Amino acid sequence: MNDQLLIGVLGLQGDIEENIKAATNALAEMNQIGKVISVRYPEEIMKIDGLIIPGGESTVMGLLIAIKTGLLDSLSQVLQKGLPIMGTCAGMIVLAKKSYDRVVGNKKQLLLGALDIEIERNSFGRQFDSFESNIDISGIGNDFRGIFIRAPSVISVGPQVQILSKFDEKIVAVQQENIIGTSFHPELSGDNRMHKLFIESIAKWKKANNH
Amino acid sequence: MTISQVGAIPLSKGIKMSTVGGKQTTSGTALIKRGFAHMQKHGVIMDVTNVEQAQIAEDAGAVAVMVLDKLPFDVRSAGGVARTASVKVIQAVIDSVSIPIMAKCRIGHFSEANILEEIGVDMIDESEVLSPADEIRHIWKWNYTTPFVNGAKNLGEALRRIDEGAAMIRTKGEPGTGDVSQAVTHIRMVNNEIGKLKGIYDNKDDQELIRTSRELQSSLEIVKETGRLGRLPVVNFAAGGISTPADAALLMNLGCDGIFVGSGIFKAEDPLERAKAVVIATTYHDDPQTVLEAQKMIDEKKSMLGLDTKNLDLRMQERGPKI
Repeated sequence: MNDQLLIGVLGLQGDIEENIKAATNALAEMNQIGKVISVRYPEEIMKIDGLIIPGGESTVMGLLIAIKTGLLDSLSQVLQKGLPIMGTCAGMIVLAKKSYDRVVGNKKQLLLGALDIEIERNSFGRQFDSFESNIDISGIGNDFRGIFIRAPSVISVGPQVQILSKFDEKIVAVQQENIIGTSFHPELSGDNRMHKLFIESIAKWKKANNH
Repeated sequence: MTISQVGAIPLSKGIKMSTVGGKQTTSGTALIKRGFAHMQKHGVIMDVTNVEQAQIAEDAGAVAVMVLDKLPFDVRSAGGVARTASVKVIQAVIDSVSIPIMAKCRIGHFSEANILEEIGVDMIDESEVLSPADEIRHIWKWNYTTPFVNGAKNLGEALRRIDEGAAMIRTKGEPGTGDVSQAVTHIRMVNNEIGKLKGIYDNKDDQELIRTSRELQSSLEIVKETGRLGRLPVVNFAAGGISTPADAALLMNLGCDGIFVGSGIFKAEDPLERAKAVVIATTYHDDPQTVLEAQKMIDEKKSMLGLDTKNLDLRMQERGPKI
């Protein structure tokens, strides 16, 4: 219908505004017309062209997805139609198939199962061990500032999953078709290349699906 | 950058560098510490005194738990000196929940803070709920890799704490009372002062900026940045007296980034349902219909009775160093 992209950031908990800002800046740098909004209701989820699940606490987002009538259904529906989704840190956990905590072990929590990966939560340790470092991301370069805050890592991946980045032998970024997951917070690095990569996939997907 | 790093001291003691897999990593930077606080946004941090309460809080959707020896309400009734919680209790909570663990230390008591950092808590609250240990100075928080949260009842206090390295601010309110009025007063105070400061900044009135920085007893750098942003340069949560979903929604609607609930949950008779309800109301604070749904989950007859903030023996917000 038009070239304008409508990008949603799941607005339940976490660094929602930071992702809105990063995606908005990415759109501007790409000269791409579009808008980024916070989404908390099923009807909002149904009308977006791409979804970002932000950083925060995955257990909290899971609970809020489960509790709000229709929200889980709408997310399942957009997953079914192949909507591009990017999850950063907690967002990647929410998208995963399996997850356990490094210290506490298995924790009952809602996962969308869209990424065929298993997650180890708090994989690099507690906040004291949170860190920043340059990382190597395929398709982007070796100079991306990775912001790891109580970050998870990917322990194993299914056959459809492409590994985009590893740090110290741990998998920290993956892609499965239109779905991207990162252990780190690209929205906090002041570098919008990851968000741009995601927006490109949204534009492609929209073109293919809307004509 | 989406997170302000103005005021950060570049080579402070809290910054740790190492090499991992051939790459240089840096921990304890302002970005990593303030970034942690940003991950708590739109969430509810709950006071707990044991493992059982911590697990209830996690199941109810708490974004983090704050470990104390006694809930603020009990600190008031017990009297005496309130200190940091038992190491055993904090460690047991760390081993039992997957969300971040915070713990309180006394104002100025950097040895309690050192202990909390050694145990591995994710954030330290230098808190007026405990008995202050230093009447002149707060902790110099740039010395720590672990981020700190501090209370503030006005803009000057908030900016002085940020100058000292706080990665997060919360209103002081009057803890343990079940009365939100003081928290409301404090957030309104901060908002009004920021509004005024923003006006000065937008007018490019340098003389007035310097005068304001002297009035606020805070560094010019952080005063300017606050004027530029039109908000605090770090995340600002509400705390003190929040007991119901409606209370949480009220403070979120006044512009807070998230909520601390102290005695309000575990001094009520319906902690699990109430905790969940407060979480929902925090996220959907601007949607009266959903806040109503949350408010329906609790029974006012089960709320903590609370204390009248006008007749308190102990006003926690007045404790600690004046500057």
